[in-house]
Amino acid sequence: MIEELLALAQWHNLRFLWQGLAVTLQISVLTIIFSFLLGTVLGVMRYSGHWLLSRLAAVYVEGFRSSPLILLVLLFRFTTPLKPVNSGTLAMSLFTAAIVAEVVRGGLNAVDKGQWEAARSQGFSWIQILRYVVLPQALRKMIPPLIGQFITVVKDTSYVWVTGVEELTGKGVIILGQYGTASQFFAIFGLIGLIYYLLCWGLQRFGLHQERRMSWLTM
Amino acid sequence: MDRFAAFKWQALFTDWRIFVDGLGRTASTAGLALLLSLGLGVLFGMLATSPYRSGRSVSRLYVSLIQNTPLVTQIFFLYYALPHLDVVLPTPVVGILGLGFYHGAYMAEVFRAGIQAIHRGQLEAGLSQGFTYAQTMRYVILPQAAEIVLPPMTNQAVALIKNSSILAMISGGDLMFQADSWSASTGYYGPAYLTVWLIYFSLCFPLARLAKHWEEKSARSRSGEVKAA
Repeated sequence: MIEELLALAQWHNLRFLWQGLAVTLQISVLTIIFSFLLGTVLGVMRYSGHWLLSRLAAVYVEGFRSSPLILLVLLFRFTTPLKPVNSGTLAMSLFTAAIVAEVVRGGLNAVDKGQWEAARSQGFSWIQILRYVVLPQALRKMIPPLIGQFITVVKDTSYVWVTGVEELTGKGVIILGQYGTASQFFAIFGLIGLIYYLLCWGLQRFGLHQERRMSWLTM
Repeated sequence: MDRFAAFKWQALFTDWRIFVDGLGRTASTAGLALLLSLGLGVLFGMLATSPYRSGRSVSRLYVSLIQNTPLVTQIFFLYYALPHLDVVLPTPVVGILGLGFYHGAYMAEVFRAGIQAIHRGQLEAGLSQGFTYAQTMRYVILPQAAEIVLPPMTNQAVALIKNSSILAMISGGDLMFQADSWSASTGYYGPAYLTVWLIYFSLCFPLARLAKHWEEKSARSRSGEVKAA
């Protein structure tokens, strides 16, 4: 068993997994950025109550939210000319944006309506109220569900393996082809599980820290 | 829009049986996994609120291990680990176990929150009014707990239905797998994926609406608006 593990614990194997982790991180970070931007716009649209914009946002949100992520990943893989890693990132971003939009809408709804009247009486425009008064307050409410969703993003990057993108889980499965004994198998999956665990745990700590840092924004 | 040409749709309707088979597999897998996750959720939810430190630790370990690692990795782990332990299970069973344990961790959190939300005084108040323990549970505790637990539980069921598509990654014969293999052999991705999306939508959207409805109802009753009713 020791020899099996020593055979596995080689520099090139670790580098192989590291490459997978880099892909996982790349997809995660891009998805978090894109989905946050698009989700905020969609959430504000749905919150605005505008007859057309809010309906468009609702159709988008319900449509994407009701689809399995794997379906979107495969759909974008086969119906766009993008590289698999990019079509996967796109699918994940559009999917996550639908969920972020609901978080944003929930956060906005939680802000007291009196804030609108107060700000309007001070001469703020609609956009200004949103930008300087309501969104900052909503943001603090949004942090716990947002972080929860971003942890899901990190975990869900593993779905992109279905299109052959060699992210962390994919690399692990590939490495199994060469190192298939029981002890090697448990070592590989233990290590991969630990990496995901640390990523998710770190993200959660970061979220708690941000929430505390913004405690001056009392609600 | 040649990706959605009419003859491609025609081919799909000719092979409709493949998709119905897939839907059946999805329904049975998701249904059984849901039962497993509910059982595990109740068990670990109760452990998490139990007076025993070891019970609470076991529950916390289960929940954090499952929630901080991907479902895909867990499914592949099960898929490859069981043969090492000389256990050979059909692929759908691997899917049921994986999905059940994954969502069981989320259900455990739902039940933990539900149990903790009901003040202990409620039980004592019921008992002091001459209710038996069972009656207090039936008429006092459970109706309140259900109001809190039902919406997130239903949302978990929706997530479970969507996640059951993970069977496609281990050739589990579910709806997603059938659509994927059908379109891989015909090349007609557009109609196949759109149809499958519609099926998932018609399963998930009503359930999500129901959860939302219950959520709003319970929020209203807790803020006291419908107290008079």
